[in-house]
Amino acid sequence: MIPAPIVDLVSLSPVIVLSLFAMGVLILDLFIGKDKTVLVFLSLLGLFLAAVSSLAKGTGPIYSFSNSYVVDTFSIFLTFVFAISSALAIMLSVSYNKEQGIKIGEYYSIILFCTVGMIVLASSADLIMIFLGIEIVSISLYILAGIRRTEKRSNEAALKYFLLGAFASGFLLYGMALVYGATGTTHLKDIASVLASSEFKTSPILLMGVVLLVVGFGFKVASVPFHMWAPDVYQGSATPVTAFMSVGPKAAVFAAFFRIFVEGIPNISDYWDTILCIVAVITMFVGNLGAIIQDNMKRLLAYSSISHAGYILVALIAKNSLGMSSLLFYMLAYAFMSFGAFAIIIILDKQNGDNLEVKDYAGLGFKHPVIAVCMSIFLLSLGGLPPFAGFVGKFYIFSAAVKEGYITLVVLGVLNSAISFYYYLRVIVYMYMKEPEGDYQVQPSLAPFSLLVIGIAVFGTIELGIFPGPVISWTMN
Amino acid sequence: MELLIFYPIAALAVVLALFVVFNKSPIGSAVSLIGLMLCLAGVFIGLSAHFVAILQVIIYAGAIMVLFMFVIMLLNLKDDDNVIWKSREGNTLLTVLTGFLVLGILYKIISITLSADSSKPAKIMESFGTTAEVGKSLFTTYVLPFEVASILLLVAMVGALVLAKTKID
Amino acid sequence: MRNDPNMSEYFFIAVFAVVALVVVAGILILSAVLGPKNPSPQKTVPYECGIIPTEEAKGRYPVRFATIAMLFIIFDIEVVFMYPWAVALDQLGFFGLIEMFLFIFILGIAYVYIWGRGGLEWD
Repeated sequence: MIPAPIVDLVSLSPVIVLSLFAMGVLILDLFIGKDKTVLVFLSLLGLFLAAVSSLAKGTGPIYSFSNSYVVDTFSIFLTFVFAISSALAIMLSVSYNKEQGIKIGEYYSIILFCTVGMIVLASSADLIMIFLGIEIVSISLYILAGIRRTEKRSNEAALKYFLLGAFASGFLLYGMALVYGATGTTHLKDIASVLASSEFKTSPILLMGVVLLVVGFGFKVASVPFHMWAPDVYQGSATPVTAFMSVGPKAAVFAAFFRIFVEGIPNISDYWDTILCIVAVITMFVGNLGAIIQDNMKRLLAYSSISHAGYILVALIAKNSLGMSSLLFYMLAYAFMSFGAFAIIIILDKQNGDNLEVKDYAGLGFKHPVIAVCMSIFLLSLGGLPPFAGFVGKFYIFSAAVKEGYITLVVLGVLNSAISFYYYLRVIVYMYMKEPEGDYQVQPSLAPFSLLVIGIAVFGTIELGIFPGPVISWTMN
Repeated sequence: MELLIFYPIAALAVVLALFVVFNKSPIGSAVSLIGLMLCLAGVFIGLSAHFVAILQVIIYAGAIMVLFMFVIMLLNLKDDDNVIWKSREGNTLLTVLTGFLVLGILYKIISITLSADSSKPAKIMESFGTTAEVGKSLFTTYVLPFEVASILLLVAMVGALVLAKTKID
Repeated sequence: MRNDPNMSEYFFIAVFAVVALVVVAGILILSAVLGPKNPSPQKTVPYECGIIPTEEAKGRYPVRFATIAMLFIIFDIEVVFMYPWAVALDQLGFFGLIEMFLFIFILGIAYVYIWGRGGLEWD
């Protein structure tokens, strides 16, 4: 008889709570009628309880399930980011789904399952768990991208995302298999200790595995040159789904990326450092230069999100504790500003997908000044203007990189921030200085939940920009 | 003795793989693929990965091929439908470059594999790879991945229904 | 080959495979060589007694088959997890039972969902 393994259910409680709620929502959907409001509230409750239950174990790194699951500040903070971003996405979906005719109740449970996957990703310290987490997140996103079944663009988005994503998962898995083959273990802690002895460092199989990991993760976070899917998928998906996939899943994959590279294989960082630096730089440039020529708001934000992946990669390359806490802070700040910008797009979005072009925003500043001010705040924060959250986030990332001596990288990053102002300001110029072509027709649909999201996002963006102290000291913990 | 079994199986696998690519009828390709899967199962047995060999037969040669067959019948390609696959002009240079890149990588992999030190094989216990051994580690060390996998399968099932069911609204 | 005590069991499988191949190939070859062949147009009709087929037998299958096949694959993968469990259960004891119960519970949720959503109906 084998002794039973030690099961630490308290560590796992966010995952358990959220899985139960997700399954509950899935089953409850079968028994209620057309009105899905109860599912919305149940999902929000589940996310809240999951976030609260993540605090049950304190902040110290606690490993459980034979070192494959870890609870530390990193995972707890990210659990909160995931819960907030998923809650914002669900609140944004309520009126949007009604207007666009998305009647499927599974929508909410898939978002919850996706969040389960994200929490698993942020808390795993084992290659197998990381792969399972990424697959839960990816499969949920494929479904969400294709949730508008009658829409051609949505189908295209789902199919493109699925085919390329499945391929990237293959790369990722192959990379993990090679790393396992070279080190003989899947636990990140053990990999690190195996690599501490120099014998294995230059094993070609290990290096090949690392390269494949870079490819797989590079695809999942939409970094250049693996970014091709992002604009099409972002444009084709329902807008709340776009907002959702630009924040939570990306943060989760970055968390796993960070854990593998900084906690698992830091001893061979000489080999992957250069690759990631190049990827970060071209990601920033392609993202920002690509955004300049976009006329569609969703595509513009897609390219902007690609460039932000580049900034976050800089935090990863820094490999120090400041890099980790700046990554966490940036994720939270990015959640607020990205959701804010997408929320504005959603309330202006109409049935047939009109009002998504930049020129449709002309004259918004005069007709709907409050909305225009909010949009300006989000865009300026995305660009990194003080006193908003985006500025503080970028500042921390760049100072982490400077501390480790990556001066050139930081100079290029700052240069890119300057470039990014061009297209963010272009939207603002349209809102305040251009006359609308023809009659002004944009009529925002002001659902209470959407307004609440915008309010939360404005509050978060300004609060994190002016008083970043408490959050930063939490991430430093 | 080991190579006497490995080489025929591997050679058969390569031949069947070529059949998969060059066969004109998609059903023919699919049947060759089944044979290829069975050969791979043989290779796994040679490596003492008994459970993986069984999976190869049950999941790949069994279930996945069923889906392949249904998709082939769903698309129902006629012979004259094949002409849509024309190479896009202007991509030739890129294609050739990519091809050379892949060849270079393959060369590197093969040279690494040939130069690898095979004098000290990894130490594994006698029952390695048996179904019982897989079960023991799956349900003790890897109990969490096992349960998380069930969530993954649940999500996949929801996805299959949401995206592919004809009438859902 | 490594000293693997399990390997000898494959000998019978190999014998079985060889016998199956030889019998099938032998019968096919024998009937091709020995059988009398004098084809006439009447005999080469696919269905010998009845109406002459008007179109090709392979039509386009509805997408429902693919949906069913996908669900089948996923359930198949779940069943595969039960083989190592069943083999190792005597050593896993009560804990293994609980684990598999949890697994089947989540599986059951999926089953209830598919049933309730009409995934098993042919509409």
